[in-house]
Amino acid sequence: METQLTLLFFVLVLSIFLGFELISKVPSTLHTPLMSGANAISGITLVGALLASGSGFVSQPLTVLLGTAAVTFATINVVGGYLVTNRMLSMFKKKKAE
Amino acid sequence: MILFEQFNSEIVVNLIYILAAMLFIFGLKMLGSPETARRGNLVSASGMFLAVVVTLLDQSIIDFSFILIGVCIGSLIGFFAATRVKMTAMPEMVALFNGFGGIASLLVGSSEYLVGFDPNSALLIAIYLTVLIGGVTFSGSLIAWGKLSEIISGKPFLYKGQQIVNALLLGFILLSGLEMIFFQGLFTENQFQILGIICLLAFTLGILFVIPIGGADMPVVIALLNSFSGLAACAAGFVILNNVLIVSGALVGASGLILTNIMCKAMNRSLANVLFSGFGAVTDTASGETADQGEVRPVNTADAYLILEAASSVLIVPGYGMAVAQAQHSVRELGELLEANGAEVKYAIHPVAGRMPGHMNVLLAEANVSYDVLVEPEDVNPIMETVDVCMVIGANDVVNPDAKENEGSPIYGMPIIETDRAKTVFVLKRSMASGFAGIQNPLFFKSNTRMLFGDAKESVSNLVAEFKG
Repeated sequence: METQLTLLFFVLVLSIFLGFELISKVPSTLHTPLMSGANAISGITLVGALLASGSGFVSQPLTVLLGTAAVTFATINVVGGYLVTNRMLSMFKKKKAE
Repeated sequence: MILFEQFNSEIVVNLIYILAAMLFIFGLKMLGSPETARRGNLVSASGMFLAVVVTLLDQSIIDFSFILIGVCIGSLIGFFAATRVKMTAMPEMVALFNGFGGIASLLVGSSEYLVGFDPNSALLIAIYLTVLIGGVTFSGSLIAWGKLSEIISGKPFLYKGQQIVNALLLGFILLSGLEMIFFQGLFTENQFQILGIICLLAFTLGILFVIPIGGADMPVVIALLNSFSGLAACAAGFVILNNVLIVSGALVGASGLILTNIMCKAMNRSLANVLFSGFGAVTDTASGETADQGEVRPVNTADAYLILEAASSVLIVPGYGMAVAQAQHSVRELGELLEANGAEVKYAIHPVAGRMPGHMNVLLAEANVSYDVLVEPEDVNPIMETVDVCMVIGANDVVNPDAKENEGSPIYGMPIIETDRAKTVFVLKRSMASGFAGIQNPLFFKSNTRMLFGDAKESVSNLVAEFKG
Protein backbone atom coordinates (compact mmCIF):
# COMPACT_ATOMS: atom_id res chain seq x y z
CA MET A 1 0.00 0.00 0.00
CA GLU A 2 2.64 2.53 1.04
CA THR A 3 4.97 1.68 -1.83
CA GLN A 4 2.09 1.88 -4.28
CA LEU A 5 1.12 5.33 -2.99
CA THR A 6 4.70 6.52 -3.18
CA LEU A 7 4.96 5.28 -6.74
CA LEU A 8 1.71 7.00 -7.71
CA PHE A 9 2.96 10.19 -6.11
CA PHE A 10 6.14 9.88 -8.13
CA VAL A 11 4.03 9.48 -11.26
CA LEU A 12 2.05 12.58 -10.30
CA VAL A 13 5.11 14.77 -9.88
CA LEU A 14 6.65 13.61 -13.16
CA SER A 15 3.36 14.14 -15.02
CA ILE A 16 3.06 17.69 -13.76
CA PHE A 17 6.55 18.52 -14.98
CA LEU A 18 5.82 16.78 -18.26
CA GLY A 19 2.60 18.76 -18.64
CA PHE A 20 4.38 22.07 -18.16
CA GLU A 21 7.09 21.13 -20.67
CA LEU A 22 4.59 19.79 -23.18
CA ILE A 23 2.24 22.73 -23.33
CA SER A 24 4.41 25.74 -22.57
CA LYS A 25 4.65 26.82 -26.23
CA VAL A 26 1.19 26.84 -27.74
CA PRO A 27 0.29 29.60 -30.22
CA SER A 28 -2.70 31.62 -29.05
CA THR A 29 -4.65 30.50 -32.13
CA LEU A 30 -4.94 27.09 -30.48
CA HIS A 31 -5.79 28.17 -26.94
CA THR A 32 -9.47 27.24 -27.17
CA PRO A 33 -8.99 23.84 -28.85
CA LEU A 34 -6.22 23.04 -26.39
CA MET A 35 -8.52 23.87 -23.52
CA SER A 36 -11.46 21.86 -24.79
CA GLY A 37 -9.18 19.01 -25.85
CA ALA A 38 -7.60 18.95 -22.40
CA ASN A 39 -11.08 19.11 -20.92
CA ALA A 40 -12.04 15.98 -22.83
CA ILE A 41 -8.99 14.24 -21.38
CA SER A 42 -10.08 15.20 -17.87
CA GLY A 43 -13.12 13.04 -18.60
CA ILE A 44 -10.75 10.13 -17.89
CA THR A 45 -12.47 10.07 -14.52
CA LEU A 46 -14.92 7.96 -16.54
CA VAL A 47 -12.64 4.99 -15.78
CA GLY A 48 -13.41 5.28 -12.07
CA ALA A 49 -17.08 5.94 -12.80
CA LEU A 50 -17.39 2.75 -14.88
CA LEU A 51 -15.99 0.63 -12.06
CA ALA A 52 -18.45 2.13 -9.56
CA SER A 53 -21.42 1.91 -11.90
CA GLY A 54 -20.79 -1.75 -12.69
CA SER A 55 -20.29 -2.98 -9.15
CA GLY A 56 -23.73 -4.61 -8.93
CA PHE A 57 -26.95 -2.90 -7.90
CA VAL A 58 -28.09 -5.59 -5.45
CA SER A 59 -25.02 -5.48 -3.26
CA GLN A 60 -24.06 -1.78 -3.71
CA PRO A 61 -27.12 0.22 -4.74
CA LEU A 62 -25.77 3.60 -3.69
CA THR A 63 -22.39 3.12 -5.35
CA VAL A 64 -24.07 2.08 -8.55
CA LEU A 65 -26.39 5.09 -8.58
CA LEU A 66 -23.62 7.58 -7.88
CA GLY A 67 -21.38 5.77 -10.35
CA THR A 68 -24.00 5.86 -13.08
CA ALA A 69 -24.50 9.59 -12.59
CA ALA A 70 -20.73 9.96 -12.81
CA VAL A 71 -20.64 7.87 -15.99
CA THR A 72 -23.26 10.13 -17.55
CA PHE A 73 -21.44 13.37 -16.73
CA ALA A 74 -18.02 12.01 -17.66
CA THR A 75 -19.35 10.68 -20.97
CA ILE A 76 -20.82 14.08 -21.84
CA ASN A 77 -17.43 15.52 -21.09
CA VAL A 78 -15.53 12.96 -23.19
CA VAL A 79 -17.85 12.70 -26.19
CA GLY A 80 -18.78 16.38 -26.27
CA GLY A 81 -15.22 17.52 -25.59
CA TYR A 82 -13.57 15.52 -28.36
CA LEU A 83 -16.30 16.26 -30.90
CA VAL A 84 -16.37 19.98 -30.29
CA THR A 85 -12.57 20.17 -30.41
CA ASN A 86 -12.59 18.31 -33.70
CA ARG A 87 -15.28 20.62 -35.03
CA MET A 88 -13.28 23.69 -34.11
CA LEU A 89 -10.02 22.36 -35.48
CA SER A 90 -11.61 21.46 -38.78
CA MET A 91 -12.28 25.18 -39.24
CA PHE A 92 -8.66 26.23 -38.73
CA LYS A 93 -7.29 26.61 -42.21
CA LYS A 94 -4.27 28.14 -43.79
CA LYS A 95 -4.61 30.45 -46.78
CA LYS A 96 -7.41 29.06 -48.91
CA ALA A 97 -5.99 26.75 -51.57
CA GLU A 98 -7.82 28.02 -54.59
CA MET B 1 -3.11 -20.92 -11.65
CA ILE B 2 -6.08 -18.61 -11.20
CA LEU B 3 -3.88 -16.31 -9.17
CA PHE B 4 -1.34 -16.31 -11.95
CA GLU B 5 -3.93 -15.40 -14.57
CA GLN B 6 -5.29 -12.60 -12.46
CA PHE B 7 -1.79 -11.27 -11.93
CA ASN B 8 -1.16 -11.46 -15.62
CA SER B 9 -4.31 -9.66 -16.68
CA GLU B 10 -3.66 -6.92 -14.16
CA ILE B 11 -0.29 -6.32 -15.76
CA VAL B 12 -1.86 -6.24 -19.20
CA VAL B 13 -4.52 -3.80 -18.03
CA ASN B 14 -1.91 -1.53 -16.52
CA LEU B 15 0.25 -1.68 -19.62
CA ILE B 16 -2.73 -0.62 -21.70
CA TYR B 17 -3.39 2.23 -19.28
CA ILE B 18 0.20 3.34 -19.82
CA LEU B 19 -0.34 3.18 -23.57
CA ALA B 20 -3.47 5.34 -23.16
CA ALA B 21 -1.47 7.85 -21.12
CA MET B 22 1.16 7.93 -23.88
CA LEU B 23 -1.52 8.64 -26.46
CA PHE B 24 -2.80 11.53 -24.31
CA ILE B 25 0.72 12.92 -24.11
CA PHE B 26 1.29 12.68 -27.87
CA GLY B 27 -2.17 14.08 -28.50
CA LEU B 28 -1.56 17.12 -26.31
CA LYS B 29 1.85 17.66 -27.90
CA MET B 30 0.25 17.62 -31.37
CA LEU B 31 -2.47 20.04 -30.22
CA GLY B 32 0.34 22.59 -29.86
CA SER B 33 0.73 23.19 -33.59
CA PRO B 34 -1.99 24.07 -36.11
CA GLU B 35 -0.81 21.55 -38.70
CA THR B 36 -1.04 18.55 -36.38
CA ALA B 37 -3.75 19.67 -33.97
CA ARG B 38 -6.62 17.80 -35.53
CA ARG B 39 -4.72 14.53 -35.64
CA GLY B 40 -3.58 15.18 -32.09
CA ASN B 41 -7.16 15.35 -30.93
CA LEU B 42 -7.87 12.01 -32.62
CA VAL B 43 -4.79 10.44 -31.04
CA SER B 44 -5.95 11.60 -27.62
CA ALA B 45 -9.49 10.33 -28.31
CA SER B 46 -8.15 6.91 -29.24
CA GLY B 47 -6.25 6.86 -25.94
CA MET B 48 -9.54 7.52 -24.16
CA PHE B 49 -11.26 4.75 -26.12
CA LEU B 50 -8.52 2.31 -25.18
CA ALA B 51 -8.71 3.22 -21.50
CA VAL B 52 -12.48 2.81 -21.43
CA VAL B 53 -12.48 -0.54 -23.24
CA VAL B 54 -9.82 -2.04 -21.02
CA THR B 55 -11.67 -0.82 -17.94
CA LEU B 56 -14.83 -2.58 -19.12
CA LEU B 57 -12.88 -5.87 -19.08
CA ASP B 58 -12.22 -5.49 -15.35
CA GLN B 59 -13.46 -8.47 -13.34
CA SER B 60 -15.00 -6.28 -10.64
CA ILE B 61 -17.65 -5.11 -13.12
CA ILE B 62 -20.50 -7.58 -12.76
CA ASP B 63 -23.39 -5.62 -14.24
CA PHE B 64 -23.24 -3.61 -17.44
CA SER B 65 -26.83 -2.38 -17.58
CA PHE B 66 -26.29 0.80 -15.57
CA ILE B 67 -23.07 1.56 -17.42
CA LEU B 68 -24.95 1.26 -20.68
CA ILE B 69 -27.64 3.67 -19.50
CA GLY B 70 -25.08 6.25 -18.37
CA VAL B 71 -22.94 5.97 -21.50
CA CYS B 72 -25.97 6.25 -23.80
CA ILE B 73 -27.43 9.31 -22.08
CA GLY B 74 -24.02 10.95 -21.83
CA SER B 75 -23.09 10.26 -25.45
CA LEU B 76 -26.38 11.60 -26.71
CA ILE B 77 -26.16 14.83 -24.73
CA GLY B 78 -22.48 15.23 -25.56
CA PHE B 79 -23.08 14.61 -29.25
CA PHE B 80 -25.92 17.09 -29.57
CA ALA B 81 -24.19 19.72 -27.48
CA ALA B 82 -20.99 19.47 -29.50
CA THR B 83 -22.57 19.47 -32.94
CA ARG B 84 -25.31 22.02 -32.32
CA VAL B 85 -23.51 24.68 -30.31
CA LYS B 86 -22.88 27.96 -32.09
CA MET B 87 -19.27 29.05 -32.23
CA THR B 88 -20.19 32.27 -30.45
CA ALA B 89 -21.53 30.18 -27.55
CA MET B 90 -18.29 28.25 -27.21
CA PRO B 91 -17.13 29.89 -23.95
CA GLU B 92 -20.29 28.82 -22.09
CA MET B 93 -19.98 25.36 -23.55
CA VAL B 94 -16.38 24.91 -22.43
CA ALA B 95 -17.34 26.20 -18.99
CA LEU B 96 -20.17 23.70 -18.73
CA PHE B 97 -17.99 20.77 -19.83
CA ASN B 98 -15.39 21.72 -17.22
CA GLY B 99 -18.14 21.56 -14.63
CA PHE B 100 -19.30 18.12 -15.77
CA GLY B 101 -15.77 16.79 -15.42
CA GLY B 102 -15.68 18.17 -11.89
CA ILE B 103 -19.00 16.70 -10.79
CA ALA B 104 -18.08 13.31 -12.29
CA SER B 105 -14.93 13.21 -10.18
CA LEU B 106 -16.90 14.30 -7.12
CA LEU B 107 -19.36 11.45 -7.65
CA VAL B 108 -16.57 8.90 -8.11
CA GLY B 109 -14.94 10.06 -4.89
CA SER B 110 -18.26 10.01 -3.02
CA SER B 111 -19.20 6.52 -4.17
CA GLU B 112 -15.82 5.19 -3.03
CA TYR B 113 -16.24 6.90 0.33
CA LEU B 114 -19.70 5.44 0.94
CA VAL B 115 -18.62 1.91 0.03
CA GLY B 116 -17.22 1.73 3.54
CA PHE B 117 -13.73 0.37 3.04
CA ASP B 118 -11.35 0.22 5.96
CA PRO B 119 -10.50 3.78 6.94
CA ASN B 120 -7.05 4.71 5.78
CA SER B 121 -5.98 8.31 6.09
CA ALA B 122 -4.17 8.47 2.73
CA LEU B 123 -7.32 7.38 0.89
CA LEU B 124 -9.47 9.68 2.99
CA ILE B 125 -7.26 12.63 2.08
CA ALA B 126 -7.61 11.70 -1.59
CA ILE B 127 -11.39 11.44 -1.27
CA TYR B 128 -11.59 14.75 0.55
CA LEU B 129 -9.57 16.49 -2.17
CA THR B 130 -11.54 14.87 -4.97
CA VAL B 131 -14.86 15.96 -3.52
CA LEU B 132 -13.58 19.43 -2.69
CA ILE B 133 -11.92 20.19 -6.04
CA GLY B 134 -14.68 18.48 -8.01
CA GLY B 135 -17.36 20.46 -6.15
CA VAL B 136 -15.60 23.80 -6.60
CA THR B 137 -15.10 23.06 -10.30
CA PHE B 138 -18.75 22.15 -10.71
CA SER B 139 -20.43 25.09 -9.00
CA GLY B 140 -17.77 27.54 -10.20
CA SER B 141 -18.27 26.40 -13.77
CA LEU B 142 -22.04 26.69 -13.48
CA ILE B 143 -21.67 30.28 -12.32
CA ALA B 144 -19.20 30.98 -15.13
CA TRP B 145 -21.66 29.42 -17.58
CA GLY B 146 -24.47 31.57 -16.19
CA LYS B 147 -22.38 34.72 -16.49
CA LEU B 148 -21.23 33.91 -20.01
CA SER B 149 -24.68 33.09 -21.29
CA GLU B 150 -25.95 36.16 -19.42
CA ILE B 151 -28.43 34.22 -17.33
CA ILE B 152 -26.82 36.03 -14.43
CA SER B 153 -25.21 39.44 -14.68
CA GLY B 154 -21.67 39.50 -16.05
CA LYS B 155 -20.84 42.37 -13.73
CA PRO B 156 -18.57 41.62 -10.79
CA PHE B 157 -20.65 40.98 -7.68
CA LEU B 158 -19.09 42.51 -4.61
CA TYR B 159 -20.51 42.79 -1.12
CA LYS B 160 -19.43 43.99 2.30
CA GLY B 161 -17.49 41.54 4.44
CA GLN B 162 -16.58 39.38 1.46
CA GLN B 163 -13.10 38.64 2.81
CA ILE B 164 -14.51 37.61 6.19
CA VAL B 165 -17.06 35.29 4.62
CA ASN B 166 -14.35 33.73 2.48
CA ALA B 167 -12.02 33.28 5.44
CA LEU B 168 -14.81 31.68 7.48
CA LEU B 169 -15.69 29.39 4.61
CA LEU B 170 -12.08 28.26 4.21
CA GLY B 171 -11.95 27.62 7.96
CA PHE B 172 -15.04 25.41 7.80
CA ILE B 173 -13.64 23.55 4.80
CA LEU B 174 -10.43 22.82 6.68
CA LEU B 175 -12.39 21.70 9.73
CA SER B 176 -14.63 19.44 7.69
CA GLY B 177 -11.52 17.88 6.15
CA LEU B 178 -10.08 17.16 9.61
CA GLU B 179 -13.43 15.70 10.62
CA MET B 180 -13.47 13.38 7.61
CA ILE B 181 -9.85 12.30 7.76
CA PHE B 182 -8.88 12.28 11.45
CA PHE B 183 -11.80 12.80 13.86
CA GLN B 184 -14.20 10.60 11.93
CA GLY B 185 -17.38 11.31 13.80
CA LEU B 186 -16.50 13.92 16.39
CA PHE B 187 -19.05 16.42 15.08
CA THR B 188 -21.13 14.34 12.73
CA GLU B 189 -23.12 11.16 13.11
CA ASN B 190 -22.27 9.28 9.97
CA GLN B 191 -20.42 9.37 6.67
CA PHE B 192 -23.41 10.80 4.82
CA GLN B 193 -23.41 13.89 7.00
CA ILE B 194 -19.69 14.53 6.61
CA LEU B 195 -19.82 14.02 2.88
CA GLY B 196 -22.92 16.17 2.50
CA ILE B 197 -21.34 19.01 4.45
CA ILE B 198 -18.14 18.88 2.43
CA CYS B 199 -20.09 18.89 -0.85
CA LEU B 200 -22.12 21.84 0.33
CA LEU B 201 -19.04 23.78 1.42
CA ALA B 202 -17.27 22.98 -1.86
CA PHE B 203 -20.26 24.18 -3.90
CA THR B 204 -20.44 27.38 -1.84
CA LEU B 205 -16.72 27.98 -2.33
CA GLY B 206 -17.05 27.54 -6.08
CA ILE B 207 -19.92 30.03 -6.24
CA LEU B 208 -18.19 32.63 -4.07
CA PHE B 209 -14.98 32.18 -6.02
CA VAL B 210 -16.44 32.96 -9.44
CA ILE B 211 -19.29 35.35 -8.64
CA PRO B 212 -17.13 38.41 -7.84
CA ILE B 213 -15.29 38.10 -11.15
CA GLY B 214 -16.39 40.27 -14.04
CA GLY B 215 -17.02 39.20 -17.63
CA ALA B 216 -13.73 40.57 -18.95
CA ASP B 217 -11.78 38.37 -16.53
CA MET B 218 -13.56 35.22 -17.64
CA PRO B 219 -10.65 33.92 -19.76
CA VAL B 220 -8.64 33.53 -16.56
CA VAL B 221 -11.50 31.83 -14.73
CA ILE B 222 -12.24 29.37 -17.52
CA ALA B 223 -8.59 28.40 -17.88
CA LEU B 224 -8.36 27.95 -14.12
CA LEU B 225 -11.52 25.84 -13.92
CA ASN B 226 -10.12 23.78 -16.78
CA SER B 227 -7.07 23.15 -14.65
CA PHE B 228 -9.26 22.26 -11.64
CA SER B 229 -11.25 19.71 -13.63
CA GLY B 230 -7.94 17.98 -14.37
CA LEU B 231 -6.80 18.15 -10.76
CA ALA B 232 -10.11 16.64 -9.61
CA ALA B 233 -9.58 13.70 -11.96
CA CYS B 234 -6.04 13.42 -10.68
CA ALA B 235 -7.23 13.27 -7.06
CA ALA B 236 -9.81 10.66 -8.07
CA GLY B 237 -6.88 8.67 -9.44
CA PHE B 238 -5.46 8.48 -5.92
CA VAL B 239 -8.84 7.31 -4.63
CA ILE B 240 -9.10 4.35 -6.99
CA LEU B 241 -5.29 3.99 -7.21
CA ASN B 242 -5.19 4.28 -10.97
CA ASN B 243 -2.15 5.61 -12.82
CA VAL B 244 -3.88 6.77 -16.00
CA LEU B 245 -6.18 9.09 -14.05
CA ILE B 246 -3.22 10.57 -12.24
CA VAL B 247 -1.15 11.13 -15.38
CA SER B 248 -3.92 12.61 -17.49
CA GLY B 249 -5.37 14.63 -14.63
CA ALA B 250 -1.96 16.13 -13.95
CA LEU B 251 -1.45 16.92 -17.64
CA VAL B 252 -4.76 18.75 -17.82
CA GLY B 253 -4.03 20.50 -14.54
CA ALA B 254 -0.69 21.70 -15.87
CA SER B 255 -2.05 22.82 -19.24
CA GLY B 256 -4.87 24.73 -17.55
CA LEU B 257 -2.39 26.43 -15.25
CA ILE B 258 -0.18 27.44 -18.18
CA LEU B 259 -3.14 28.98 -19.96
CA THR B 260 -4.18 30.72 -16.75
CA ASN B 261 -0.70 32.13 -16.48
CA ILE B 262 -0.71 33.36 -20.09
CA MET B 263 -4.06 35.09 -19.46
CA CYS B 264 -2.79 36.69 -16.25
CA LYS B 265 0.35 37.98 -17.99
CA ALA B 266 -1.83 39.44 -20.75
CA MET B 267 -3.67 41.44 -18.08
CA ASN B 268 -0.58 42.25 -16.03
CA ARG B 269 -1.91 40.46 -12.95
CA SER B 270 -0.01 37.75 -11.12
CA LEU B 271 -1.28 34.21 -10.87
CA ALA B 272 -1.15 34.51 -7.09
CA ASN B 273 -3.30 37.63 -7.31
CA VAL B 274 -5.99 35.69 -9.12
CA LEU B 275 -5.63 32.50 -7.07
CA PHE B 276 -5.58 34.01 -3.60
CA SER B 277 -6.28 37.70 -3.30
CA GLY B 278 -8.18 37.66 -6.58
CA PHE B 279 -11.19 36.53 -4.60
CA GLY B 280 -12.50 40.01 -3.92
CA ALA B 281 -10.01 42.44 -5.38
CA VAL B 282 -10.63 41.62 -9.01
CA THR B 283 -12.27 44.73 -10.33
CA ASP B 284 -12.08 47.91 -8.36
CA THR B 285 -14.78 50.07 -9.81
CA ALA B 286 -12.53 53.08 -10.31
CA SER B 287 -14.67 54.70 -12.94
CA GLY B 288 -14.76 57.85 -10.84
CA GLU B 289 -12.97 60.42 -12.93
CA THR B 290 -14.97 61.23 -16.01
CA ALA B 291 -12.73 64.15 -16.80
CA ASP B 292 -13.64 65.90 -19.99
CA GLN B 293 -11.30 64.47 -22.59
CA GLY B 294 -12.53 66.52 -25.48
CA GLU B 295 -14.78 65.72 -28.37
CA VAL B 296 -15.10 62.46 -30.19
CA ARG B 297 -15.10 62.58 -33.99
CA PRO B 298 -17.80 60.47 -35.55
CA VAL B 299 -17.47 59.28 -39.12
CA ASN B 300 -20.06 58.00 -41.55
CA THR B 301 -19.82 54.91 -43.73
CA ALA B 302 -19.11 56.80 -46.93
CA ASP B 303 -16.13 58.67 -45.49
CA ALA B 304 -14.84 55.56 -43.76
CA TYR B 305 -15.00 53.78 -47.10
CA LEU B 306 -12.92 56.45 -48.80
CA ILE B 307 -10.21 56.19 -46.16
CA LEU B 308 -10.20 52.38 -46.28
CA GLU B 309 -10.14 52.42 -50.05
CA ALA B 310 -6.93 54.47 -50.03
CA ALA B 311 -5.26 52.38 -47.31
CA SER B 312 -2.45 50.00 -48.20
CA SER B 313 -2.30 48.30 -44.81
CA VAL B 314 -5.24 47.57 -42.55
CA LEU B 315 -5.16 46.03 -39.11
CA ILE B 316 -8.38 44.64 -37.70
CA VAL B 317 -8.61 44.40 -33.90
CA PRO B 318 -11.60 42.30 -32.84
CA GLY B 319 -13.02 42.06 -29.34
CA TYR B 320 -15.99 40.68 -27.47
CA GLY B 321 -18.27 43.14 -29.30
CA MET B 322 -17.60 41.29 -32.55
CA ALA B 323 -18.78 38.06 -30.93
CA VAL B 324 -21.90 39.71 -29.54
CA ALA B 325 -22.81 41.23 -32.89
CA GLN B 326 -21.89 37.96 -34.70
CA ALA B 327 -19.96 40.14 -37.11
CA GLN B 328 -17.14 37.70 -37.91
CA HIS B 329 -18.47 36.72 -41.35
CA SER B 330 -18.98 40.31 -42.46
CA VAL B 331 -15.54 41.17 -41.13
CA ARG B 332 -13.98 38.40 -43.19
CA GLU B 333 -15.83 39.63 -46.27
CA LEU B 334 -14.57 43.17 -45.71
CA GLY B 335 -11.05 41.81 -45.20
CA GLU B 336 -11.18 39.97 -48.51
CA LEU B 337 -12.46 43.05 -50.35
CA LEU B 338 -9.66 45.13 -48.84
CA GLU B 339 -7.13 42.54 -49.97
CA ALA B 340 -8.59 42.51 -53.45
CA ASN B 341 -8.19 46.28 -53.36
CA GLY B 342 -4.46 45.81 -52.80
CA ALA B 343 -4.24 46.37 -49.05
CA GLU B 344 -2.39 44.12 -46.66
CA VAL B 345 -4.90 42.92 -44.06
CA LYS B 346 -3.96 41.47 -40.69
CA TYR B 347 -5.94 40.68 -37.59
CA ALA B 348 -4.37 41.58 -34.25
CA ILE B 349 -5.69 39.46 -31.43
CA HIS B 350 -5.10 40.18 -27.78
CA PRO B 351 -4.82 37.02 -25.65
CA VAL B 352 -7.69 38.10 -23.38
CA ALA B 353 -9.96 39.50 -26.10
CA GLY B 354 -13.35 37.83 -25.68
CA ARG B 355 -14.50 35.54 -22.94
CA MET B 356 -12.14 32.59 -23.14
CA PRO B 357 -8.56 31.98 -24.24
CA GLY B 358 -8.48 31.99 -28.05
CA HIS B 359 -12.10 33.13 -28.40
CA MET B 360 -11.45 35.50 -31.33
CA ASN B 361 -9.30 32.94 -33.15
CA VAL B 362 -12.13 30.42 -33.09
CA LEU B 363 -14.68 32.92 -34.39
CA LEU B 364 -12.42 34.10 -37.22
CA ALA B 365 -11.60 30.49 -38.09
CA GLU B 366 -15.31 29.81 -38.31
CA ALA B 367 -15.61 32.72 -40.74
CA ASN B 368 -12.84 31.18 -42.84
CA VAL B 369 -10.05 33.61 -42.00
CA SER B 370 -6.68 31.94 -42.50
CA TYR B 371 -4.83 31.56 -39.21
CA ASP B 372 -1.57 32.90 -40.65
CA VAL B 373 -2.97 36.43 -40.93
CA LEU B 374 -3.78 36.46 -37.20
CA VAL B 375 -1.01 38.24 -35.32
CA GLU B 376 -0.25 38.82 -31.64
CA PRO B 377 0.21 42.25 -30.05
CA GLU B 378 3.99 41.98 -29.66
CA ASP B 379 4.33 41.27 -33.40
CA VAL B 380 2.28 44.21 -34.52
CA ASN B 381 3.07 46.93 -31.95
CA PRO B 382 6.60 47.65 -33.25
CA ILE B 383 5.30 48.33 -36.77
CA MET B 384 2.13 50.16 -35.73
CA GLU B 385 3.28 53.50 -37.26
CA THR B 386 3.25 51.90 -40.71
CA VAL B 387 -0.38 50.83 -40.42
CA ASP B 388 -2.73 53.07 -42.41
CA VAL B 389 -5.99 52.09 -40.79
CA CYS B 390 -6.70 50.22 -37.59
CA MET B 391 -10.25 48.94 -37.27
CA VAL B 392 -11.19 48.29 -33.68
CA ILE B 393 -14.29 46.12 -33.75
CA GLY B 394 -15.92 45.68 -30.39
CA ALA B 395 -12.68 45.78 -28.43
CA ASN B 396 -12.14 48.33 -25.70
CA ASP B 397 -9.87 47.65 -22.73
CA VAL B 398 -7.26 45.80 -24.81
CA VAL B 399 -6.68 48.97 -26.88
CA ASN B 400 -6.88 51.47 -24.02
CA PRO B 401 -3.80 53.74 -24.10
CA ASP B 402 -4.29 54.42 -20.37
CA ALA B 403 -2.55 51.09 -19.82
CA LYS B 404 0.65 52.78 -20.97
CA GLU B 405 0.10 56.42 -20.13
CA ASN B 406 -1.99 56.76 -16.99
CA GLU B 407 -0.39 55.41 -13.84
CA GLY B 408 -3.60 55.92 -11.92
CA SER B 409 -5.59 53.66 -14.20
CA PRO B 410 -6.66 50.24 -12.88
CA ILE B 411 -5.34 48.64 -16.03
CA TYR B 412 -1.99 50.46 -15.95
CA GLY B 413 0.77 48.12 -17.08
CA MET B 414 -1.45 45.77 -19.05
CA PRO B 415 0.10 44.98 -22.43
CA ILE B 416 -2.21 46.40 -25.12
CA ILE B 417 -2.49 46.60 -28.88
CA GLU B 418 -1.22 50.13 -29.41
CA THR B 419 -3.72 51.11 -32.08
CA ASP B 420 -3.44 54.80 -31.14
CA ARG B 421 -0.10 54.91 -32.95
CA ALA B 422 -1.61 53.92 -36.30
CA LYS B 423 -2.24 56.67 -38.86
CA THR B 424 -6.00 56.38 -38.57
CA VAL B 425 -8.09 54.42 -36.10
CA PHE B 426 -11.71 53.47 -36.68
CA VAL B 427 -13.55 52.42 -33.58
CA LEU B 428 -16.74 50.50 -34.28
CA LYS B 429 -18.92 50.87 -31.24
CA ARG B 430 -22.54 50.84 -30.26
CA SER B 431 -22.34 53.94 -28.06
CA MET B 432 -19.93 55.74 -25.79
CA ALA B 433 -20.44 53.29 -22.89
CA SER B 434 -17.21 52.20 -21.25
CA GLY B 435 -15.84 48.64 -21.41
CA PHE B 436 -16.24 45.88 -18.90
CA ALA B 437 -13.50 47.23 -16.70
CA GLY B 438 -15.70 50.32 -16.40
CA ILE B 439 -12.89 52.64 -17.45
CA GLN B 440 -13.06 55.51 -19.89
CA ASN B 441 -10.95 54.98 -23.00
CA PRO B 442 -8.85 58.00 -24.16
CA LEU B 443 -8.35 56.29 -27.53
CA PHE B 444 -11.81 57.51 -28.53
CA PHE B 445 -10.73 61.12 -28.07
CA LYS B 446 -7.40 61.02 -29.92
CA SER B 447 -7.09 63.22 -32.99
CA ASN B 448 -6.46 60.28 -35.32
CA THR B 449 -9.51 58.36 -34.09
CA ARG B 450 -12.86 58.26 -35.88
CA MET B 451 -15.89 56.70 -34.26
CA LEU B 452 -18.18 54.59 -36.42
CA PHE B 453 -21.24 54.26 -34.23
CA GLY B 454 -23.77 51.46 -34.55
CA ASP B 455 -24.04 47.69 -34.46
CA ALA B 456 -20.70 46.21 -35.52
CA LYS B 457 -22.23 43.78 -37.99
CA GLU B 458 -24.35 46.47 -39.59
CA SER B 459 -21.46 48.93 -39.87
CA VAL B 460 -19.17 46.34 -41.44
CA SER B 461 -21.91 45.18 -43.82
CA ASN B 462 -22.47 48.78 -44.88
CA LEU B 463 -18.75 49.14 -45.62
CA VAL B 464 -18.87 45.90 -47.61
CA ALA B 465 -21.80 47.30 -49.60
CA GLU B 466 -19.83 50.48 -50.31
CA PHE B 467 -16.91 48.43 -51.62
CA LYS B 468 -19.17 46.43 -53.86
CA GLY B 469 -20.44 49.77 -55.07
